[in-house]
Parts: sequence; structure tokens; C-alpha cells
Amino acid sequence: MSFLEIKNLSISFGGVKAVDDVSFSIEEGSVYAIIGPNGAGKSTIFNLLSRFYEPLSGQLNFSGNELLELGAKDIARLGIARTFQNLELFEHASVLQNLLVGRHVHNNQSWWRQMLFTRSVVEAELEHRRKVEEVIDFLELAHYRNQMISGLPYGVRKKIELARALCIEPKLLLLDEPSSGLNPEETEEMGFWIEDIRRDLNITVVLIEHDMSLVAEVSDRVLAIVNGRVATEGSHAFVQSHPDVVSAYLGDVK
Amino acid sequence: MRILFKTNYKQDLNLAKHSGHRFWYGLLILVLLAAPLILDGYYIGEATRVLIFAMAGLGLMVVTGFTGQVSLGHAAFLLIGAYTNAWFLAQGFSSFIALPMAALLSMIGGLLVAIPAARMSGIYLAIATLVFAIIVEDVAGHLSSITGGNRGMMVDVPMLFGYQIWQSWELYLFVLIILVAATLIVLNILRSPLGRAMIAVRDSEVSSQALGVNPMKIKVFAFTVSAAITGLAGAFLAHYMLFLTPQIFGILLSIQLLLMIVLGGLGTVHGVFFGAVLIGVLETGISIAKDALPSSIGGLPGIEPLVFGVILVSVIAFEPTGIYSRWVKIRSYMEFFPIYRRKSFKRQRVYLKTERLK
Amino acid sequence: MNEFLQLLIVGISQGCIYGLMALGFVMIYKATEMVNFAQGDMMMLGSFVAWTLIMDLGMPFWLGVPATLIVMALFGALVDILIVRRVIGQPQFAVIILTLGLGIIFRAAAGMIWGHVPLTIDSPISGFSSFYGIVIGNERLVIIAVTALLITILWTYFRYSKWGVAMKATSQNQLAAYYSGIPVRVIISAVWAVAAAISALAGILLAPITLIEPMNGLLGIKAFAAAVIGGFGSMPGAILGGLIVGIIEPFAAAYIPAVKGSMVYIVMLIVLALRPQGLFAQIHKKKL
Repeated sequence: MSFLEIKNLSISFGGVKAVDDVSFSIEEGSVYAIIGPNGAGKSTIFNLLSRFYEPLSGQLNFSGNELLELGAKDIARLGIARTFQNLELFEHASVLQNLLVGRHVHNNQSWWRQMLFTRSVVEAELEHRRKVEEVIDFLELAHYRNQMISGLPYGVRKKIELARALCIEPKLLLLDEPSSGLNPEETEEMGFWIEDIRRDLNITVVLIEHDMSLVAEVSDRVLAIVNGRVATEGSHAFVQSHPDVVSAYLGDVK
Repeated sequence: MRILFKTNYKQDLNLAKHSGHRFWYGLLILVLLAAPLILDGYYIGEATRVLIFAMAGLGLMVVTGFTGQVSLGHAAFLLIGAYTNAWFLAQGFSSFIALPMAALLSMIGGLLVAIPAARMSGIYLAIATLVFAIIVEDVAGHLSSITGGNRGMMVDVPMLFGYQIWQSWELYLFVLIILVAATLIVLNILRSPLGRAMIAVRDSEVSSQALGVNPMKIKVFAFTVSAAITGLAGAFLAHYMLFLTPQIFGILLSIQLLLMIVLGGLGTVHGVFFGAVLIGVLETGISIAKDALPSSIGGLPGIEPLVFGVILVSVIAFEPTGIYSRWVKIRSYMEFFPIYRRKSFKRQRVYLKTERLK
Repeated sequence: MNEFLQLLIVGISQGCIYGLMALGFVMIYKATEMVNFAQGDMMMLGSFVAWTLIMDLGMPFWLGVPATLIVMALFGALVDILIVRRVIGQPQFAVIILTLGLGIIFRAAAGMIWGHVPLTIDSPISGFSSFYGIVIGNERLVIIAVTALLITILWTYFRYSKWGVAMKATSQNQLAAYYSGIPVRVIISAVWAVAAAISALAGILLAPITLIEPMNGLLGIKAFAAAVIGGFGSMPGAILGGLIVGIIEPFAAAYIPAVKGSMVYIVMLIVLALRPQGLFAQIHKKKL
């Protein structure tokens, strides 16, 4: 049994098959990239994994847990964290508060203790703060700690969303277009972080990405999705030269 | 400008962040406690009303300001609290029973709204709460055996340890103590995981789910706490009013509460108090101005709602983040005095963000 | 059976009024995603304007009605241009509070200008018709006929006219409409104008049945319930919701008088509890 195993996954929106009989599996500790043209159904796969959408059919298994038996709110507790394509940060809260929400799954204080802010809550809060500070150090966010999200530039927000996902202390991290909207330096930086996340934090990473140099740099395996179907899967070089992938991006060459 | 040197994470958990906070808030509490020594009965009564409205606003802020669920029906919780308190006192129970029962029944009401309401969003929720309040008002009018129906109901004075609270300053202090306690509880919620989850649900429900927050649970929690606090405020409102009819708790009261927290500044505890004081001053001000104006203008019926409406509309159109944010701007202007930039609080150009896609 | 039919027709005519108001809500909501809590008050203002033009200034009825519609259309556009436009992009509650505030102002202003003593308009339509053994006021039949006519006109307009299509495009995606060269601001003001005129028409139609007074503005809440029952984004839904609300009222009053005041709202809550987005939902999944 693989770490993450997706079998015969299908979903349709208003008659259009957005994801059509997709199967793949991911080994623990790897970096796995999903590529494909816009509208191919890549993000839909993430949203299915997050349980935001109900699939028509298929199985989603994450280290022995059937995801389809769970709701969207239970996914994080298994150790699956994600970022969003169009940033879903808590705009009117500080960076620190955003990151602390990432600790929500590790909260075990009862509601009345929180209302009275008892000693045990204080202890727990200090522990959360220490964990969050580790992430802040890791991603070099100390400068922004107390700023409001609504005043921050796009590149920083992107980093904060990554940091928030890391605060869950996940086993699996889903990154939806981590480099979109970033300049070349920031993209390169993102590449280093993904490497670090895998190597230092032992987190399995799945990323949806359009930037082929970033994909080539970080990923062990690549999955190409075209029109909701798996076009091919394999090493980066193999996938990039696959005729179906080439024609999906460039049109038929002949 | 004060630069804080932090040496311990615990500093961020404290309610008073530095000695300045401790001094000013301490002074504020002292002044409020000493107010009965300085002010005469009429003004103590007015101050009591402000405190009661602050308590109700605090309740509404929990659900609307922090959890982002607009409620147009909070007058219903005031009603439930007021009548419950009055009924239990009329049966000869002391305030030790009557007040918790007011909070409890109101909480149950909140739960009744919250469970279906947690599935709704935006406009549907606003209308559902509005309609809930209309129904509650209607029911209170029909249950004449308990509420006296539309003829109304007298309210007994509060009773503690067999001692009846007759004096206006005694009621004032009683309200003040409960209000401070309620505020502390709300502040505690805000600095703990529950409060952060509330803000998360407010700002982005999807990503809060992806982080393991259960938005349904959080909304139900927020509604329940909110209803309990507002119910308590209703219980005290009964003592302030002395006589209850269902009509007091109409739509206008709900709107007034909402106006209060919007005026003060949504999403801050300060906003509640700014708003309550502002509304209190405004009401007194309008009634004074009415006497000062020639009777052809001042005597017109409907001048008060007109002024209220105009203020409401201008605040939303010109300073949608409320008086508290205006205060923040003035404060930072003074702190940074020679180098303040006008642009720092410039409103960004915004496009319509659709809420049809949930 | 006769009583049933009688109540049904009374309900349908009342429902047409709610439906028209709800149509105003829905049009504004579709175009701008704003909920106009002052819609009922616009209806109330419309009936007062008609009263001033016809009874006070002595305009003939058939001239006074279109004049009222034009005045109210201009008024609706002005409200958008001067005030409502400022809150585009602000969160939903800002809009709710803004329009609630406008409603309060309209009601208070109407009370100051026209007083709180109920007024009436002399209507050229009077008398009763009787058929199948029931007797119905002609003004109620006129309401039903005018509503049916108006719906047909609106439907044709949105389907075929250039402006109608532009309004539909704007309601689908403002930015895209803007890029396609549609004057979005003008369109939005036009929507407000049309919505105000429709409400004014509802006010004129209602005038012979109920007296004209400022508190009529609160009828908007019932129209609101109608719009919700119909599913906020749907124009046929608005009319259907209006009819449902209109029919519930006389029946509740006749058969279960204890809940006659809140029956409509109870039904609305039940609909919302079963289908949180109303009968004709317009809310889709957000793209992530």
C-alpha cells in the first residue's frame, strides 16, 4: 500500500468530466509534480483530496485512511496540509494569528478552559507559539510577524500560506501552483524551500506547477493530466518528451 | 511612539500589553466605579443604559464582528432575556436564579437559530435572523399568560441575598461588574484557539476547513455565546425599562445594535464600547438639540430616526471600518507626527467580490 | 369552495405586489450583488409621489402613473450614483446596513413630508366583478393583469434587447462585462432605476387596497421573504415566491388566525432549513 493512493477518481461539473478515471500513487518522502494545461483538472484533484468536492466514483487512500469516509474538516487532522491557487489567507488578522490557526488541529483545550484562559491554556498557547516560531525561522518571516495580511505584497502572502500549512506539522503537503505570481528569484527560493521541506522536515510534497524548470529541479516523479485524464506518468524528462504532453501544450506538431 | 521590547512569548498573551495599557485601563475602571459618587441619578441612569447596550453589542460583536455572521435579529435574544428574568423574579426567585436562566434560555434560542443558520451564509442568514426576531416578537405577544401579551408586564427590581436593588447607582454597579466579566470572557476567547478559529471562519471558510476547523461548530458556538451575553443584557434592560412590551424589541432595536457595533468598528472589542458611548451620547444629544431647535423643526415626528439613518448611511459610505479605525488613524498621526503619510490608510480600489460562489 | 377561490384570488393579487417588489430586489441583487433592504420603502415613496402628482397637483390619473414611474426611476438612479455606488466591493453586511439606513431615512422623510395620516388616491378602477359565484374587487384583477403584462415585457426585454443582454452580462461577471465595453456603471444605475420604477408601480397598484402611509415601507420584509423563498437570484423565482407569500397570508388569517402574522416567515424558515439557498438556488461552488 502506497502512502497516498488515488484510484479511478472521477468527477463531473454540469456534464463535463473534469477528472476522468484518474489513478496514481505517491511514495512517502517523494516530491510529486502534477502538470497539465489550464483547466485540465489539476486543482480539482486537490479539491477532491481536501474533500471540498464529492467525486462521482473512485477511492482516495492516505496511509490506511479512506478519505471519502471523512469530511473536509477532518483532512488536516490526518496530516494533510495544502495551499490554494488564489491564496485563502485570513485577511484581517496578523501573520502570527494566521499561522496559529494552523495549529488548530493540535488544540486539545476544552471550550470553557479557553473562556477562562486557565493555566493549561496558557501552557498550550506557549507551546503553539514555539512551534510557529520554528516555522517563522524556517521560512524567514520574522520581519512580518505582527503585520496584517491585508497590507502585505503577493510574494510574502504566498510564503505565509506555505508557512501556515507547515504549522499543521503535516505528513503530506499539497501545493497548488507555488510559483505562480512570483518573480524568478522568488521562484528559485520556493524551489529551495520545497527541497528543504522534504529533506529537513520529512514531508511528502505534491505540487501543481506550470514552471517546468521548478518541476525539473524538485520533483522525483511527474504526472501529466490532459482534459481530466492521465496522459502519462514518469520521470521529468520522460514526461516532458511524451508526445501526448507535447501536443497538449503545443498542438499537433506534424 | 512606544517601542516594545519583547523578551518572552508570554507577553503576547497578556491582555494589557504594556504598562501604559495597565495604567489607562485601570484608571478607566476606577473612574467607572467612582461615577456614582460624582454623577446624579439621571446621568447614572443614562450611563446604565450605555453599559447595557454595550453588553448587548458585545454579544452581537462575537457573532457578527468576529465570526462574520450578520445577525439582524439580536433584539430577539434581548427579548428572551428580559422576559425570562422578569418572569423568574415575579415568581419570587432571586436574581441568582433569574439572571442565569435569562442567559440560559437565550442560549437555547441562540442554539435554535444557529443550527440551521450555520448552513446559511451572507444574505440568507441576515434574513433568517431578521425573521426569527419577528416570530419571537409575535410569539411573545401571543403568550399573554406568561408575558402579559401586548398589555405589557411589570418588572420587579433585582434581588440579591434577599436584598432588593432599588437605587439607580446599585443597578449601575451591578451591570458594570457583569459587563466587565463578560468582556473578560470575550477577550479570553479571542486570544485562544476558539477566537482564532472564529476569525478564520469569518475571513475564509474554505481554508479554515483545510486547517481542520469545523465551521459549523464554530458558528454554533459563536451564536450560543453571543445569545447568552445578549440575553444577560436583555435581563438588565428589563430592569432599566421597568415595563416590558414585545414592541420594544422590534426590528429597529436589532438595527440599532448593528449600527452601534458598525459605528464603533466591527471586529474589535473597543468598537463595542466606542459604539455604545456614541449611540448614548447621540440619543441624549438629539433630545437636547430637539429642545434647542425651533419647534417647527425640532417638533417634527421622526427627526430621531432621520438623524440615525443619516449617520448610519454616512458612516458606511465614508468610513466603513467605523470610529475605532478613525481613532487609530488619529493616534498614528500623532505618534508619527511630522512624518505621517496620508497614504498609509488609503482605501484600496476594490472590485465586486462575488459571494454567489461559495 | 367559493371561499377557497375567493381567498386564492385575493392571495394571488396580493402576491403579485410582493412578487413585483421581490423582482426589484432580485434585479438589483443579480446586477450588483447588493441587497436593497429599502425596496419596500421605495414602493412606499412611489405611492406618495403618485398621490402628490395626482391628488395634490391634479394630474390626470393616466398621466400621473407614468410620471410617477419616471420620477421614481430617476430617484433610484440617484440613490445608486450618490450613495450606494460607494460601497461596491465592501462586504455584504456593509450593504445590508447601508440600505437598512436608507430605508429608515426614507420612512422618516416620508413621515415628515406627507405626515402619518393615511392618504388615498382616487382610482379610475373601482367596482366589483363576480364570476363562478365569487365577488372580487376590480382593482385586484387589475393588479394581476398588470403584473402579468409587466413580466412579459421584462422577459422580452432581457431576452432580446441590447441593454437587457448587457444587464445580464453585468450580473454574470462585472469585470468581464467591463472589458467587453459594456458601461457597467451606467448599467447598474439603470438597474436601480428600473427596480425603483417597478416598486413604484407596485405601490400605485397597492394604493387602492391599503391606505398610503410611511409604515407601508415595512411590507418590504414580506417581499424579502418572497425573494428568499424563490431563491434570491431567480426572477421567475421572485414572482413565484411572491405568489406563495401572497397566498399563504389570507389562508393563514382565515384558518389559523393565531399565527397569521408569522406564518409567512415560518414557511420561509422551513424553506431555508431544507434548502439553505432557496428554491431556485443561484449559488455555486467557489473556484479555488
